Amino acid sequence: MTAVADALELDRVESHLNPPASYDLADHPVPTGREEVWRFTPIKRLRGILDGEASDACLDWETTIPEGVSLTTVSAAEAREIGELAPNERPAALAAELSGGAALLDVPADFEADEPIVIRLTGSSVDDLVWGQLVYRIGAHARVTIVLVHSGSARYSAIQSFLVGDGAQVNILSLQDWEDDAVHLGRDAIRVGRDASVKHTSISFGGDVVRMHANVEYAGPGGEAELLGLYFADAGQHLEHRLFADHTAPKTKSNVVYKGALQGEGAHTVWIGNVLIRKVAEGIETYEENRNLVLTDGCQADSVPNLEIETGEIEGAGHASATARFDDEQLFYLRSRGVSEKEAQRLVVHGFFNDLIRKVGIPSIEEQLLRTVEAELAKNVLKELA
Amino acid sequence: MSTLEIKDLEVSVETEDGPKQILKGVTLTIKDGETHAIMGPNGSGKSTLAYSIAGHPKYTVTGGTVTLDGEDVLAMSVDERARAGLFLAMQYPVEVPGVSVANFLRTAKTAIDGEAPKLRTWVKDVNQALGDLDLDPTFSQRSVNEGFSGGEKKRHEIAQLELLDPKVAILDETDSGLDIDALKVVSEGVNRFRARDAKGVLLITHYTRILRYIEPDFVHVFVAGRVAESGGPELAEELEANGYERFLSAQAAV
Repeated sequence: MTAVADALELDRVESHLNPPASYDLADHPVPTGREEVWRFTPIKRLRGILDGEASDACLDWETTIPEGVSLTTVSAAEAREIGELAPNERPAALAAELSGGAALLDVPADFEADEPIVIRLTGSSVDDLVWGQLVYRIGAHARVTIVLVHSGSARYSAIQSFLVGDGAQVNILSLQDWEDDAVHLGRDAIRVGRDASVKHTSISFGGDVVRMHANVEYAGPGGEAELLGLYFADAGQHLEHRLFADHTAPKTKSNVVYKGALQGEGAHTVWIGNVLIRKVAEGIETYEENRNLVLTDGCQADSVPNLEIETGEIEGAGHASATARFDDEQLFYLRSRGVSEKEAQRLVVHGFFNDLIRKVGIPSIEEQLLRTVEAELAKNVLKELA
Repeated sequence: MSTLEIKDLEVSVETEDGPKQILKGVTLTIKDGETHAIMGPNGSGKSTLAYSIAGHPKYTVTGGTVTLDGEDVLAMSVDERARAGLFLAMQYPVEVPGVSVANFLRTAKTAIDGEAPKLRTWVKDVNQALGDLDLDPTFSQRSVNEGFSGGEKKRHEIAQLELLDPKVAILDETDSGLDIDALKVVSEGVNRFRARDAKGVLLITHYTRILRYIEPDFVHVFVAGRVAESGGPELAEELEANGYERFLSAQAAV
């Protein structure tokens, strides 16, 4: 065993917040809704995905892949051999079981590109049940941006694994821009190589129920992960984001910032931020933050940060969570400069999201995100301005 | 021609023990081209006066009137007051994350003027105003008041004063927390504003220091929610020499 391998701790650690990963469906029984990991999710609205019916329906794929990067299909067994990160919940386990093979995006070592790799997945109807399995293998010292856009409608359950090589720099963005009736259960898991740096941004606007995991673990010391998120829930929408930073190696960093806005009757958002600092993970730094802006009556924002610490020998660990309406002092300040109340609210919401959008680091997408936020605002709260 | 007229103004705030009266009948008239200094000890209600005129929701007006050129200010919303020509430079300017200074200034100018400023002259005006206050051009890309030093916040307030060009400016302890260099820069900004035609200034301060740079036409000593004494600049000199003792003991004797 090398010193680095000794410094890893990948054995199962009992964490009641994070059930152990397993491909065995028996380990992931159909939830009743009372389980810790399911208690916020409206299971009845998942339209039977959890029953695990076989289906060979697909989303429509449109890709922009630069030369040198390959996109192929591999069997489920091959995906596991490559190092796919095992499912930690039923929908992901079903996706691995029923997808009939995984898409493998292979970025060779030392590959560098400024233009993003883009994968657009479009569904045609919520009647389609689609099982997705994607593996992204990013070679050592590669530098790439991967943009994944979900649109149209479907019942989509996907397991995605990002295997990031040593020293690589990867910027991943997953946009959930579904039609109103779509259901999306997504599990993204990232394994961060030694000294690699990963940014993962999850953005959810559309869909009836969207429940996304972003999990990160480390294959060696020195890895950094920045997990960003932005969501905007309208009336009746359920948008859930579950984060898990599993510090499996020393000297690693995780930084989580999720921001959301809610408007309309029955808009519901859930943010769960779990961090596990294992015994081996000395000298790590972690911080997580969730902020929710409640724009109208009748909304519900659940926000739960959890920190499990098994070693005190760390650089820093912290979290913050805030859910509030507009800040009266901010509105007063803007209005005292002649800006109307509605315009002041628009500025504050824009600012709230701009702050995060500026961190995404993909200029072509940032523009689109700003426009989408504008369109969301025009729908409800600020429609008098439109 | 512009006149801010405050008559018998009474204001209270909600506290845990019910409403508490802070202003107990304030009467003050600020005419064209006049600078009035309001000086008073902590807790005398100076800031309450400033925020009540600007329309902060925390304060409830229970009596009296405030008019600007005869128009009822108290009947206006906060933003209507600003558009009518009132400006409040705040003691503690508020952070607005993600909103750039440039965007904020243009939005405010558009609201005040009722039309968007012409792009070319506006950019020049903004850079000039920021430069005059020793704020470098990259300042306009920062989020409003976020991470600003105390001095930057105050200079930013005065840059807004010069750009938005109100009829009457209320400066709430703009001098507090400034070092002497920043105080000079801020005072020069206020003096440029005063030099414009027909501008009124209500300068609220705890210290006489700023009055060496901004010379007032009238000085009012504010104690226990009302004007205790009014005079010329010589009143500030007396305060400089003797402090608020005479006024506080007179108050205690009542």
